[in-house]
Amino acid sequence: MKALVSVKRVIDYNVRIQIKPDGSGVITDGIKHSMNPFDEIAMEEAVRLKEKGQVTEIIAVTLGGAKCEETLRTALAFGADRAIHVKEEGEIQPLTAARVLAALFKKEAPGLFLLGKQAIDDDANQTGQMLAALVDRPQATFASKVEVDGQKATVTREVDAGLETLEVDLPAIVTTDLRLNEPRYLKLPDIMKAKKKPVETVSIAGLGVQVAPAVKLVKTAAPPTRSKGVMVKTADELIAALKAKGLVS
Amino acid sequence: MSKILIVADHADGKLNAATAKVVACAAKIGGEIEVAVFAADGSSVAAAAAKLAGVTKVLQVDNAANAHPIAATLAPQVEALAKVRGATHVLGAGSTFGKDLMPRIAAHLGVPQVSDIMAVHSATSFDRPIYAGNAICTVEVPAGTVVGTVRLASFTAVASSGSAAVEKVAVTASLPSHTRFVSLAAQKSERPELQSAARVVSGGRAFGSADNFKILYAFADKLKAGVGASRAAVDSGYVPNDMQVGQTGKIIAPELYVAVGISGAIQHLAGIKDARTIVAINKDPEAPIFEVADIGLVGDLFQILPELTGKL
Ligand SMILES: Cc1cc2nc3c(=O)[nH]c(=O)nc-3n(C[C@H](O)[C@H](O)[C@H](O)COP(=O)(O)OP(=O)(O)OC[C@H]3O[C@@H](n4cnc5c(N)ncnc54)[C@H](O)[C@@H]3O)c2cc1C
Ligand SMILES: Nc1ncnc2c1ncn2[C@@H]1O[C@H](COP(=O)(O)O)[C@@H](O)[C@H]1O
Repeated sequence: MKALVSVKRVIDYNVRIQIKPDGSGVITDGIKHSMNPFDEIAMEEAVRLKEKGQVTEIIAVTLGGAKCEETLRTALAFGADRAIHVKEEGEIQPLTAARVLAALFKKEAPGLFLLGKQAIDDDANQTGQMLAALVDRPQATFASKVEVDGQKATVTREVDAGLETLEVDLPAIVTTDLRLNEPRYLKLPDIMKAKKKPVETVSIAGLGVQVAPAVKLVKTAAPPTRSKGVMVKTADELIAALKAKGLVS
Repeated sequence: MSKILIVADHADGKLNAATAKVVACAAKIGGEIEVAVFAADGSSVAAAAAKLAGVTKVLQVDNAANAHPIAATLAPQVEALAKVRGATHVLGAGSTFGKDLMPRIAAHLGVPQVSDIMAVHSATSFDRPIYAGNAICTVEVPAGTVVGTVRLASFTAVASSGSAAVEKVAVTASLPSHTRFVSLAAQKSERPELQSAARVVSGGRAFGSADNFKILYAFADKLKAGVGASRAAVDSGYVPNDMQVGQTGKIIAPELYVAVGISGAIQHLAGIKDARTIVAINKDPEAPIFEVADIGLVGDLFQILPELTGKL
């Protein structure tokens, strides 16, 4: 079976973001970007399933501007066989992304569609669930374990109460949580090989997808800052400080 | 006027504390507030929801298929109910349950979903965090049903002083059979629940083993605190996943948060920004956690924690 994996280019998780002075968004020019960490986990999982012989072809997909090609190359270096670049320079919100991914789902007919549980830029945590709704297929979100068995998959999910296990018929949509796997380090030969792998470029309109109604951004602001605290030197001083604040009796 | 439908968060016949916070958010929007309880037998949950101040009606949707919360099974029912009730808003908690379910509903309705509502400006304008809470967006949703999840740390639970009517309703929707519940391994703990605890103490990688976490539990019990952890502590297997605090774990707003042996990565800080008082104990004076701490103590946790536990 085929596995589709969506990979998003986001500001690297180590970067301290800065807000544009006019409040129109976050400064992205000249800032380090990389593949959304949850999508690396999704890629890694697809590659492991291929290594086990349960997946035959991995197709990586991204939606975004020209720079997203580097994210696709990273996916190809992980082990994707080919990639699809849905080129769109403007902002793409989760519902539109889900509609595009649904169109690709119908075109490619994968057994599994793996996504990150959330993109660490918009922190939306929506796209996989929306995709599953649009194609009317099972969703197993926040996965920490995926076992494929013929036409079914058993997925363990990280939920607030602990770990939940679901059984889903394939094709299914799975979104990854942090503990599903630890993505491999990419080796130079794989990065070189990735440069020669095929990348198909398509447009949203070309896929016959209608852009969804969008949430309008009114402004972006910095969160309130916390005022500077005090340092204490001993456990006794800490207890005294907590008592002074009425936090312990 | 708005007509808000809230999907109740519940487990084991009990209403989760999350729902009272969603009601608080709904009250800011204003209008009629109805809480829908989807369960095999939702009587006890519905009775608890009926007491939440501000709720106008509780809709109890009993169905054997609702014995376990499966988004694919619930979404068509919520949509059908939202239509019958003429809901202008459908809200869920920013819990794993709400986050799993609400986008599935929004996609069917063809509307965007607003994640993690942290403030309400009007019935169609909200604040929400992005980039691990390092930026706050004010957004305006387009026409159509407003579907969203509520950031629990941003709202104070409404009181249980109400007495709304409970109505049993049946919804007609065709339910899929492609997704089946297998099991839930729930962590049972006698300690206060992380998301509603007034005090939380968390441990990080510095503990070095599951066994060493015992000194944190002893400290927590002295304080009657809930216990959390950093991702590194969870990844290392010291504690279970449901204890992770942060951008991708639980977001909490206790009166007192004590971070022990946690460096203070932005992803961790995202989960504790709303804590009233943050205390940090770390042996590295340069640790970023001290930049947000109200009270900081530099030192070795293996000496300090037992001392604190003994003296409190
Ligand atoms: C996509 C993504 C999502 C993430 N989500 C989360 C999340 O939700 N929550 C989260 O916590 N992290 C999250 N992380 C991970 C985060 O970036 C950090 O790696 C993690 O928080 C570090 O955990 P830590 O502070 O326990 O470990 P470390 O960073 O290793 O810090 C350990 C600290 O312990 C101190 N220490 C060591 N020994 C002692 C001692 N004896 N006494 C006192 N202090 C001592 C050290 O000085 C150090 O500051 C995420 C990362 C990514 C990429
Ligand atoms: N523009 C995009 N390009 C590729 N994948 C995306 C895009 N937007 C969302 N996704 C996928 O959807 C997941 C969840 O994103 P979100 O719903 O925005 O938090 C991501 O981890 C990606 O796998």
